[in-house]
Amino acid sequence: MAITVNGKTRPLGDAKTLAELLAALGVNASRKAVERNGQIIPASDLPTTPVADNDQIEIIQFVGGG
Amino acid sequence: MNALIIAGHTFHSRLFIGTGKFGSHDLMRQAIEASGCELVTVALRRVDLDKNPEGDPLLSKLDPEKVVVVPNTSGARTAEEAIRIARLARAAGGFDWVKLELTPNLHHLLPDPIETLKAAEVLVKEGFKVLPYINADPVLAKRLEEAGTAAVMPLAAPIGSNLGLRTRDMLEIIVANARVPVVVDAGLGMPSHAAAAIELGADCVLVNTAIAAAADPVGMAKAFAKAVEAAEEGLNAGPRAARAGAEASSPLTGFLWQTENR
Repeated sequence: MAITVNGKTRPLGDAKTLAELLAALGVNASRKAVERNGQIIPASDLPTTPVADNDQIEIIQFVGGG
Repeated sequence: MNALIIAGHTFHSRLFIGTGKFGSHDLMRQAIEASGCELVTVALRRVDLDKNPEGDPLLSKLDPEKVVVVPNTSGARTAEEAIRIARLARAAGGFDWVKLELTPNLHHLLPDPIETLKAAEVLVKEGFKVLPYINADPVLAKRLEEAGTAAVMPLAAPIGSNLGLRTRDMLEIIVANARVPVVVDAGLGMPSHAAAAIELGADCVLVNTAIAAAADPVGMAKAFAKAVEAAEEGLNAGPRAARAGAEASSPLTGFLWQTENR
């Protein structure tokens, strides 16, 4: 059971939902954008959105830029 | 000059600042505060899960009561990628402003006009306030305005080059024809460049590298703010047109070597 997060393959571990995955990765979900298999997942849906084998996940943040 | 209003929002400063390249978030915050700037751009990137999974605290350093935060689409090479970034920014931060920045070539970082127009058409329909970064192309500027962008952002020179107003003649055509605000973006290196942009008719300027990479970013932000204020005050004071040849500023009569008989 493996997933790809931000371009890097990782074991899925015990996470059943995206919220659990973010917690396991140590990500503070505030003001982050999460995509699952190309679909943007609103923050309110993270606790109910399942994460499964082979998922492609992107976790995006704001940084300095011009 | 008329008040600066973009997408219904009134701005009191004609200086916008990009938040990249600052030595620290505190320096960035101080520079923004010292300049009175009311619009800043930010970028979106992946969270670095190995080094900093908590994430960048950038947004916590910006006061949404004082500055409009405009995510950019830097890194995008196609309309599709830019649209994806804009939607992510809206999902993550609720931001409905977007600076379209589509730069397929990493050497010159010049914007792709065709992909920019395509992305603008889609994002305007989705309700975004679109600020497109473009080459100083008057025809493209008009096409974007017709597509419903909130402003146009023609470049003065390549990003980060500090070369100043290399596109002056084309910028003059853009400002003469634009019905949306013109933000001169990219390549302004000195406060005098920003003043010259306002004097030629631009509504405001966006500066990042020249401020953030200065030895004293706070001092440089203040200097740019003064420059755009001085340019505006000068325009409001009614400058005389340039003319070929001289026009004496001292009287041409009453010279002390004149004699009555001559």
